[in-house]
Amino acid sequence: MPIPQTISQKILARNAGLEDVSPGQIVTVSPDVILTHDNSAAISGKFAQLGVDRVWDAERPVIVLDHVVPAANEKTAGNHQTIRDFVDRQGIRHFYDVGVGICHQVVPERGHVLPGSLVLGSDSHTTTYGAFGAFAAGIGRSEAAVVWATGTIWLMVPETMVIEIDGTFSAGVYPKDLILYIIGQLGADGALYKAVEFRGPAIAELDISGRMTLCNMSVEMGAKAGIVAADERTMEWLRDRVEGPLEPVISDPDAPVERTIRYDIGELEPQVACPHTVDNVAPVGEVAGTRIHQALVGTCTNGRLDDLRQAAQVLRGSSVAPGVRLLVLPASAQIYRQAMAEGILETLAAAGAIILNPGCGPCLGAHEGVLAPGEVCISTANRNFKGRMGCKEASVYLASPATVAASAAAGTIADPRDRLAH
Amino acid sequence: MRSIRGNVWKYGDDVNTDVIFPGKYTYTISDPEEMARHALEDLDPDFVGRVQPGDIIVAGKNFGCGSSREQAATCLKYAGVGAIIAVSFARIFYRNAINQGLPALSVPEAAGALKAGQEVTVDLSAGEITSPEGTFSFPPLPEFVMGIMEDGGLIPHVKKSLAEKGAG
Repeated sequence: MPIPQTISQKILARNAGLEDVSPGQIVTVSPDVILTHDNSAAISGKFAQLGVDRVWDAERPVIVLDHVVPAANEKTAGNHQTIRDFVDRQGIRHFYDVGVGICHQVVPERGHVLPGSLVLGSDSHTTTYGAFGAFAAGIGRSEAAVVWATGTIWLMVPETMVIEIDGTFSAGVYPKDLILYIIGQLGADGALYKAVEFRGPAIAELDISGRMTLCNMSVEMGAKAGIVAADERTMEWLRDRVEGPLEPVISDPDAPVERTIRYDIGELEPQVACPHTVDNVAPVGEVAGTRIHQALVGTCTNGRLDDLRQAAQVLRGSSVAPGVRLLVLPASAQIYRQAMAEGILETLAAAGAIILNPGCGPCLGAHEGVLAPGEVCISTANRNFKGRMGCKEASVYLASPATVAASAAAGTIADPRDRLAH
Repeated sequence: MRSIRGNVWKYGDDVNTDVIFPGKYTYTISDPEEMARHALEDLDPDFVGRVQPGDIIVAGKNFGCGSSREQAATCLKYAGVGAIIAVSFARIFYRNAINQGLPALSVPEAAGALKAGQEVTVDLSAGEITSPEGTFSFPPLPEFVMGIMEDGGLIPHVKKSLAEKGAG
C-alpha cells in the first residue's frame, strides 16, 4: 500500500530511487540541474581540489553570468574569464554569458525546469523554480563542486507546510504584496526548513510570474523549497520551451503536512518590508511619505514583463520625481526585447527611468546603483538587510513594482492605488 | 573527537549572511584569510580584532539566514571560531558550516543561558557543553556529518573518499 506523500516527498523519493521517504530522512539525490552563476569560478577552484578531471555529466550543469554583469572591475572580469575557460575545457552544454539574464529567469525560460524536476543551485533563490511544480533548493559552493564531481549530494527530507490562499486581489495589490504579508506574519524563520506548498483558488488563478515571486521569496521565511503544483497554466508556459512529456506531480490529498495556514487576500493592501529585515512588514500607508533617493524595478523577484508593465502603468504620463534615480532592469534579454516591442521601455524612459541591462544589478550591492550613507532605496528585490545594497548606513524598503513606481513618481514612499485610480 | 574551548560572543536572532559577510565582497575577495578580516563587520566591528581561536558564537533563532554564500561560514572558521551554538540555524548556512568543518549546534537551552565573554567547552563526541551556566547536553551529530567534520570539511572529505574508491 503506497504511503501518502506530498509533492516534495514524491520528487525526492523518485530521484533517490526509493518508493517513499519521510520527513527527517537523509537521502542521496542526483539533481536534474545544478545551477551556478558568477560563483562558478570559485566553485571550479573547489572542484579542482577534489582530484577529478571531468564534470560528471556535461549536460546537467547550467551556468549563468548574472551577478556582476557586465564586469565591474578587473577582478570580476577575470572571474568571468575563468568561468568561460572552465566551460570550454569541460564542454558544459548550458552556459549563458553576460546579458542573457538573471539565472532564476533564464533557467525556466530556456527550458531547464520541468514539473517534478529536482533542481539544486548555489544560490538561495533557486527556490523560484518551485513555481513550476519542481523541488528546487539552494546549496553552498562546496556542495555544488561535489555535485559537479560526483553527480550526487545528501539532502534531508523536509516537512511540508501548506499555505492556502483564498479571495481575489484588489486593484493595485499584487503577488509581491501577498508574499511580503505572509513573511511579515510568519517571521524570518516561520517556515524554517519546510517545503512550503502554496494551494487554494487564488493560487490557481495566479500566472506563472506571480507564482515565481511567491516561490522566490519563500526562502526569506526560512523555507527549504517553495512549491506550486503544476497545472494547465504551467503546461502552457512550458509547452514551447521544453521538449518531452510534461507530467505534474501532485500531493496525495491525505499526505500528512506539518500544518496548514489560510489567508484571504480580499482585504490585502500594498505592503512594504521596512529596514533592515524582510519580515519587518507594514501596510504602505504606515510608511507613506518617507523620502526616497533611489527606486529599483527588477531582480529575480519582480523583473518580468508583467512587473515592468505594472510599473509602466503607474508611470504613464508622469515623471520620476527630482532627486530620485529610478533603475529598471528587465530580468532577461528576452523580456527586455518584449518590453521594448510593447512600448513599455519607452514609457518608462519617457518618465525618466534609467533602463539597465538584464542582471542582478544593485540588488547585492556589487555595482549599478550602490547607495551612499543616509540614502533610502525602495526596491522590488527580495532582501533589505543592513548593507545589502553596498552601504550599511543606507536603508532599503521592499515592495511591488507598482508601489516602487508610485514612490519614484512621488519622491516619497507612496500607495500605488492613488495613481492607478486616475 | 576534539574539544573546543573559548569565550562566548553573544548575538541575537536572525543574524543574516549579509552582516556576517557583506555581498559587496563576494566577487572580489577569494582568499579565506582575507574573508576572515571582514567577518561580522556590519554587525560587530569589534569582532575581527578581538576574536581568539576556539571562541564560540552563541546566537538566537535562524542564525545565518539570507544568502547561501558559503563565505559566511568560511570567514567565521578562518577568523578562529571553534563552534556556533544557536537556538536554530538557517538551513543553507547549517550545511555550509558543516561543509567548512565548523560545528553548528542547535542547543536552545545553552543558546539562551550562555553569556558574552564566558569561557565554554564543547565536547562533540560526548555531546556536552560545559560552562559557568552549567552543563548542557546535545544529541550526537549524524555519523556522516562527523565524518565531514573529522576530515576538515566537505572538499577534503570527498577528495579522500574519491581517492579511496579510485584505489580500490
